[in-house]
Amino acid sequence: MGYPHRSHPKETPVLSKHFGDPQARTLDGWKQRGGYRALEQALGMTPADIVNVVKDSGLRGRGGAGFPTGLKWSFMKPGDGKPHYLCVNADESEPGTFKDREIMRWTPHALVEGTALAAHAIGAETAYIYIRGEFTEPLRVMEAAVKEAYAAGILGAKAMGTPHRIDVHILRGAGAYICGEETALMNSIEGKRGNPRIKPPFPAAAGVFGMPTTINNVETLCAVPHILVNGAAWYKALSLSSPKSTGTKLFSACGTLARPGNYEVTLGFPFKDFLYDLCGGPLPGRRFKAVIPGGSSVPIQSMEEAESTLMDYEGFVAKGSMLGSGGVIVFDDSVCMVRMIARLARFYAHESCAQCTQCREGTAWTTRILERIERGQGTMQDLDVLLELSENMTGKTICVLSDSCAAPIVSGIAKFKKEFEAHITGKKCPVTAAAAAAAA
Amino acid sequence: MSAHEGTAEAYRPVFTGAAVTELSEILSRFPTKMAALLPALWIVQRERGWVSPDAMVEVAEQLGLTPAYVKGVVSFYTMYHTHPVGKHFIQVCTTSPCGACGAEKVVDALLQHTKCGELGATSPDGRFTVIEVECLGACGFATPILVDDDFIESVTPDKVPQLLSQYR
Repeated sequence: MGYPHRSHPKETPVLSKHFGDPQARTLDGWKQRGGYRALEQALGMTPADIVNVVKDSGLRGRGGAGFPTGLKWSFMKPGDGKPHYLCVNADESEPGTFKDREIMRWTPHALVEGTALAAHAIGAETAYIYIRGEFTEPLRVMEAAVKEAYAAGILGAKAMGTPHRIDVHILRGAGAYICGEETALMNSIEGKRGNPRIKPPFPAAAGVFGMPTTINNVETLCAVPHILVNGAAWYKALSLSSPKSTGTKLFSACGTLARPGNYEVTLGFPFKDFLYDLCGGPLPGRRFKAVIPGGSSVPIQSMEEAESTLMDYEGFVAKGSMLGSGGVIVFDDSVCMVRMIARLARFYAHESCAQCTQCREGTAWTTRILERIERGQGTMQDLDVLLELSENMTGKTICVLSDSCAAPIVSGIAKFKKEFEAHITGKKCPVTAAAAAAAA
Repeated sequence: MSAHEGTAEAYRPVFTGAAVTELSEILSRFPTKMAALLPALWIVQRERGWVSPDAMVEVAEQLGLTPAYVKGVVSFYTMYHTHPVGKHFIQVCTTSPCGACGAEKVVDALLQHTKCGELGATSPDGRFTVIEVECLGACGFATPILVDDDFIESVTPDKVPQLLSQYR
């Protein structure tokens, strides 16, 4: 982690090694820490050779979907006569996730280097880094780093003195969660409303400005320079469980726990150790009740499930959830699950682009019903209606925002049904009532 | 800090002098003029504090778009103000992770000490507007708030009076 706490001995700091070190933010400081060696090496390689190294490393996308990065890059066909584009998804907006923010504010040149390297690997001369509008500090830090890289000749018409042109531009989003969806992000870059597009065509065929495009998450791109310098075998060896999950991953921990923050662990790390050692366990006098392990769009885990999970792509699925973006949200026994789920539904209702009926109507109606239950005005039938609505919101829309709203509702009712029923039969929130009684 | 303007006076174009140079530099980054729309709207908001209907017409003319198209894009994104706001604009995250850590009490303290009274309203002295926003992407630093372009982490109700005193 490095910031705001020092790294825990059980962490494997690769990307987060220089968090909290202001010297690492400058070009000189970054070079002194080994920066831009990977880019120099990559610019002397053919794109196909770079793609093969990344394929061999087993690196998978860190934004949420976990798609193999090398395979994604291999979809970009060289010599097709069209301009290729790289889009960098720095629109980090998934509730519970705040890792890309730390990467950009502490190690901006790691992202400039990873971006330039990926641009070369996919045959792109132009890369756009799309940063959410609220990230004012990362925006300032990234703009300064890009400026430094241009001034030093790392970017521009002759990147690092080679014949390759690499331009990197930073764009500021303007407040829309959905722009983190890859095709919505491309529409936003084009100056349009951030509505997701129907796929196919996939971005590699027709992405931003209708041209072949690759889109990668910030953390994914920042892992690539380490793979180039240390080799695919080194990266592949960073795995504590499944061979399909390699490398280190930043997990953001938040909610009601002792030490919130970003922790970088080797994939396959025991989730129990993560929650109780790295994050310091619950707050004094409290017990953990539930975890949403991969950002708010993944199913909620009971503590029994969470404590037996190995933290990798397969491990979270085996225990009823998904790795997602790595945003770990922890709720203790003072938190009302109905209230938390209702608030998440409200989030999705607010962020729906409203193109698809199931999402536009479903997110709004589930919010109303959940808030009614939370106020003590719900009925048992409401639970069935919620599940029926959730069914109609899953797998039926252009993007997965609607599915994301349904995931915590379905898993919440399955795993914390008693809390829902207590609100309905008791006609009030039992958790708030218990807290009030304890305070009296 | 942004400059702010009322609606009564005659419209003064934003894109004159340095802003024209800035916009043409932005246009050089994209293959289409339309792609400069979001950056152009940010320039308008920086200069005027909000994006007025007249400004939408000006941006449309600059980029070869129709005013209705510009309005359609402006209305999609929550960060563009379509009406004047207080001198200092405060955004508080209240999504579930921050909600579990007491964000609502931070909202209450901000509404009380700014004298805004309610969300979205501007304080009687014109200094502040407070709104609730969805996830600010700093959940480990609950409760994060944005005051204009200052991103402030780990705000608690007791820190609010001191914090506000820095924004006159």
